[in-house]
Amino acid sequence: MNGAEFTAPSVEYSLILPLLVVFGAAVVGVLVEAFAPRRLRLPVQIALSLTALLTAFVVTVLVGLNLEERGDGRARGAITLEGAIAVDGPSIFLWGLVLLLSSASVLLFAERRLEGGVTAFAGQAAALPGTDAEREASSKGLEQTEVFPLMLFAVGGMMLFLASNDLLTLFVALEILSLPLYLLCGLARRRRLLSQEAALKYFMLGAFSSGFFVYGIALVYGYAGSMNFADISTAISGRIGGDALLLGGIALISVGLLFKVGAAPFHAWTPDVYQGAPTAVTAFMAACTKVAAFGALLRLFYVAFGGARVDWEPMIWIVAILTMVVGSVLALTQTDVKRMLAYSSIAHAGFILVGFVGAQQLGDLGPGQLSSLEAVMFYLVTYGFMTLGAFAVVTVVRDSGGEATDLSRWAGLGKESPMVAGVFAVFLLGMAGIPLTSGFIGKWAVFSSALSAGAWPLVVVGVLMSAVAAFFYIRVIVLMYFSDPVGEGPSVATPSVLTTIVIAVGFAATVALGIVPGPVLDLAAAAGEFIR
Amino acid sequence: MDVTPFIALSAILFTIGCVGVLTRRNAIVVFMSVELQLNATNLALVTFARMHGNLDGQVAAFFVMVVAAAEVVVGLAIIMTIFRTRRSASVDDASLLKY
Repeated sequence: MNGAEFTAPSVEYSLILPLLVVFGAAVVGVLVEAFAPRRLRLPVQIALSLTALLTAFVVTVLVGLNLEERGDGRARGAITLEGAIAVDGPSIFLWGLVLLLSSASVLLFAERRLEGGVTAFAGQAAALPGTDAEREASSKGLEQTEVFPLMLFAVGGMMLFLASNDLLTLFVALEILSLPLYLLCGLARRRRLLSQEAALKYFMLGAFSSGFFVYGIALVYGYAGSMNFADISTAISGRIGGDALLLGGIALISVGLLFKVGAAPFHAWTPDVYQGAPTAVTAFMAACTKVAAFGALLRLFYVAFGGARVDWEPMIWIVAILTMVVGSVLALTQTDVKRMLAYSSIAHAGFILVGFVGAQQLGDLGPGQLSSLEAVMFYLVTYGFMTLGAFAVVTVVRDSGGEATDLSRWAGLGKESPMVAGVFAVFLLGMAGIPLTSGFIGKWAVFSSALSAGAWPLVVVGVLMSAVAAFFYIRVIVLMYFSDPVGEGPSVATPSVLTTIVIAVGFAATVALGIVPGPVLDLAAAAGEFIR
Repeated sequence: MDVTPFIALSAILFTIGCVGVLTRRNAIVVFMSVELQLNATNLALVTFARMHGNLDGQVAAFFVMVVAAAEVVVGLAIIMTIFRTRRSASVDDASLLKY
């Protein structure tokens, strides 16, 4: 190293342009906070975030169209920034998905009609609940517009996370996506104690899990002598001994990643945080974080740890079974609709993990079989839009205390508002995996990819747990249509056009992908493999 | 150079941090335990960097420090908010959300 000349790394800016757009807009958002007059901040932030995310989406599509083929033609793309970021088919696909879902989340963040002219975020987060300062903030109609830059940073972190090609970038990206989310969870306008508690729990457990994650990185680095995925893969295929370091490292890194996807036994934070956080944030978190975390999980395990598959596969089996059982069974006992959706998202994480064990190399596939990457990516599309839509519906069912999240308040919703109840029923049927909804095709994709890898016991558990899950989804539908309302009954507030768009998009995606899944499946297939 | 003592020390520190998170009640102390875990990681990273004779681990240690600092900012903000609202920083008191 001594005397070696410093050479500046080569950066293909054109490939990472989507990331630059999002991070750039986030920084501009911070400047807007500092310099724009208060009245203008909210409209400027909304416009800025939405423009940035949609621009980044367009740029992502353009980058995706120009990816170069590599080697055998199964993978396209390039590794840039000295091996730190891999821009390949799956990255582009998942970037596009994250950007679409987060643009929709911006609309939910910006909704103001439901709270009577203010957003669902605390007017002044520093004002204590129940004090004069808080009342003054709300009577003045103050807004905590920092939520938009925070959200953009989180989106940038997610995009970086799923494209990271070395362990250090993976760790930094994990923190970039997590830290803003911890804060966003604590910013609800109503039920602030719950919201702050959710932030505390999410932060404490998140920091704990990232402690494990980074220690795992240190161990894998000790084993391989490099942070780069390709070098780790080479070291593993050499198997020069020191297995304890490698296995310990894989286990600890998995703790961090499985925590982020909300898989059992690392799921305990999910229901609390999903319930306490403002519903718009929950929707964003549930949809986008899962996409990013699964993208990173797949890349890490296939590209870096692919050679140690026999070692980690049993772990994924156990975690997948546990996650499906815990998610589906505990969802049965829930009385709060946000908690129920949280457990349902845990169950979905389990179903996606089932797809994880499918054949990883396209070369291993028979004709007509789905690679697990395709199956998981398709499932993430269906899951993302359903979840976003379902949480958007939760924001419009209200009573005098804000959102009526207790399930007993949802009784008789079908009579009060057939439209909202009908849309929510479609989302629930989609999550249950009933044919003609996207959820069915998603489940079929992950199960068939697991079957083609011979993992039939997992599929059996998966199908059984889908049946259990279907029971509680249908229980809610029965409650909405065939129960009489208790007391005054639920009321459905009329949202502004923003929330309506999100619900409509979620609904359209759920139905359309159930009837004509072909184009999206083809797109997932065209994404090809991870580049190595 | 025999790296085993250094790795053993870092593992011990990591375990102390882990036990601290699981047993302590005060949010600040829990958070300090997490920081101990991160510092244990730093020790392991620089040891391995020395063992392999490259700089990756040392560079990573700097990143871990920076991330730890960022985590402190966010974490203390959240703990402060909870403390001002509840007049208590005990993680056991924040128990409205359950089951």
